[in-house]
Amino acid sequence: MSLITAKNLSKTYATAELKVEALRSLEFEIEPASFISFIGPSGSGKTTLLNLIGCLDKPTSGTLTVDGTDVSGLNTRTAAAFRGRKIGFIFQDFNLIPVLTVYENVGYPLLMVQNTPVLERKKRILTLLEAVGMAEKKDKYPDQISGGQKQRVAVARALVTNPKLVLADEPTANLDHKTAYMVIDIMKKMKNELGTTFIFSTHDQKIVGEAEIIYSLEDGELTDRRN
Amino acid sequence: MLNIFKIAVRNLMRYKRRTLLTASLVAVGVVFVLVFISVSGSFKNMMTGQITDSFLGHIQIHKKGYVASIDSLPLTLNMGPKAFEKVEKAINEIPEIEAYSPRIKFGGMFSNFVETTNVRLNGVYPEKEIKAAPLFSSRVIEGEKTIRTGEILVPELLAKGMKVKVGDTVVIIATNRDGSVNGKQFRVGGILESVTGPGGRDGYVHIDDAAEVLRMDTMAISEIAVRLKDFGKLHSVFGRLKGTLSSELNKQGKPAFEVHTWEKLSPFYNVAKMIDIMTFFIKLMLIAIVLISIMNVMVTAVYERIREIGTIAAIGTPPGKIVAMFLIEGFSLGFFGAVVGGVLGVAVIFVLNVAKITFNFGRQKGLLLSPSINLQDILVISIIVIIISVIASLSPAYKASRMNPIDALRHV
Repeated sequence: MSLITAKNLSKTYATAELKVEALRSLEFEIEPASFISFIGPSGSGKTTLLNLIGCLDKPTSGTLTVDGTDVSGLNTRTAAAFRGRKIGFIFQDFNLIPVLTVYENVGYPLLMVQNTPVLERKKRILTLLEAVGMAEKKDKYPDQISGGQKQRVAVARALVTNPKLVLADEPTANLDHKTAYMVIDIMKKMKNELGTTFIFSTHDQKIVGEAEIIYSLEDGELTDRRN
Repeated sequence: MLNIFKIAVRNLMRYKRRTLLTASLVAVGVVFVLVFISVSGSFKNMMTGQITDSFLGHIQIHKKGYVASIDSLPLTLNMGPKAFEKVEKAINEIPEIEAYSPRIKFGGMFSNFVETTNVRLNGVYPEKEIKAAPLFSSRVIEGEKTIRTGEILVPELLAKGMKVKVGDTVVIIATNRDGSVNGKQFRVGGILESVTGPGGRDGYVHIDDAAEVLRMDTMAISEIAVRLKDFGKLHSVFGRLKGTLSSELNKQGKPAFEVHTWEKLSPFYNVAKMIDIMTFFIKLMLIAIVLISIMNVMVTAVYERIREIGTIAAIGTPPGKIVAMFLIEGFSLGFFGAVVGGVLGVAVIFVLNVAKITFNFGRQKGLLLSPSINLQDILVISIIVIIISVIASLSPAYKASRMNPIDALRHV
């Protein structure tokens, strides 16, 4: 059974004067434990699509099923709960919480979203910090570590709740090539170890090559699918 | 919850100067209110004590209609022996009453054999008067601190105006209730300091002398001043006395007596009420200060952390927890301000007591201000500040929780 199924998926942004079709009748299926990349120029609809899959936005028409749930009908509260259980996020700007240490940033979803017991929380945080190579920096604050290290922490935070799916919008855009590859390697390693599906969008052609399946988007339409 | 507190406190500490300034503003407001409450309360209590303990008593009992015509001191509205007995019986039934003093009040002419002027006098039993008005003795600035038969205590201003001193002989002439005039020589036994309020400039004679001047066959009492053991029970004792005495009816079938608390008899009560109203408005100002300053900080905090709010919303933080985070920030600011303000306020009140500040009120000089504050007032003010801080944070917190994660993440 597919993890994500999109049928006739469209998203239109309309203002009084302007109507922009950000996504047009997309049809695709994504299998569990896959490593997927969406590529395309700016304005092609990558971020919009990731927002829909991440239950941050709703489609204008069509259906989108994530892990057996039709997410197009979720309200704010149920969508938040769904994200908290099933989806991890990695952001282009890392978006770590500056007042929390590395350890606390990784533990934030367990603490504030899933209410995980202390011992279990500690075990999962340390395991993931070890996996991304940030265990030694666990007591540092985000402004005391480099960009690459921040993104590794963000990967650990996205995975700490054992989500079925991790969405990463331009996760390497703010990193140099070496660091970008390192982050992608960590994501792949986590995918292999945990069976998590990773979907990321990128402009970087070299990084794109790391994906198992590459979807190309242009003007809101899927134009290509490469393995 | 503890973790939300920890995050809230760290967020506050992120902008140390702003947090400190806001908490200081709240603390200064709390200090100001506590000091105002303690000083005004001290002034009010002292003046009330001065007025009731010097002359007025806590409660007064008269024959019905007496207070309405008290300026003319009508002898026709005095209580006869039977009526007085009934009042005495009612008083004796209430254990909360510490003392009472029956008085004959009358107006007369005061002559030093050279000049004559009018005077208002109270005929009292000295020992009963001192018990009912304990500050009475302290008002005697010259002469003996009691009233003997044949002696008069002359008010200070009258003594100065008529140029009489302790030991001089004066004559009191008064009209009795039948309209005939009588006079009696008195030796000036003492000079009496004036006090604020009705009766504060009256002279005093022994009650037997008053009865003699007024040619009373039987003692007819004008008023009975009552002192309570606990001033806090004023209204309950007043209610009981009034209840008991209202069953006593006159020939017209109406209540024979009237009972008044000091509040109805002294104009200072209006000043006291004004102080209460000012205190209320000072509290309102504090609420406004807290509301505006905390709301301002919280609105700014939400605006500065839009991307952060977007992040935590995106990773699934329930809207209720986002609300709680900001409410706890507001709560912590208010709590910190209230605690610091409370401690500083108590310190300032302590310093005011050590400094022994005196003031003059009317003709009374050198009254010592001794401000005090009770724990209940500190707690009430602190709780008001904390509640207002949380209320001030409600709107920004709600706004944060309702933010669209996509818009918030895009915010620059």
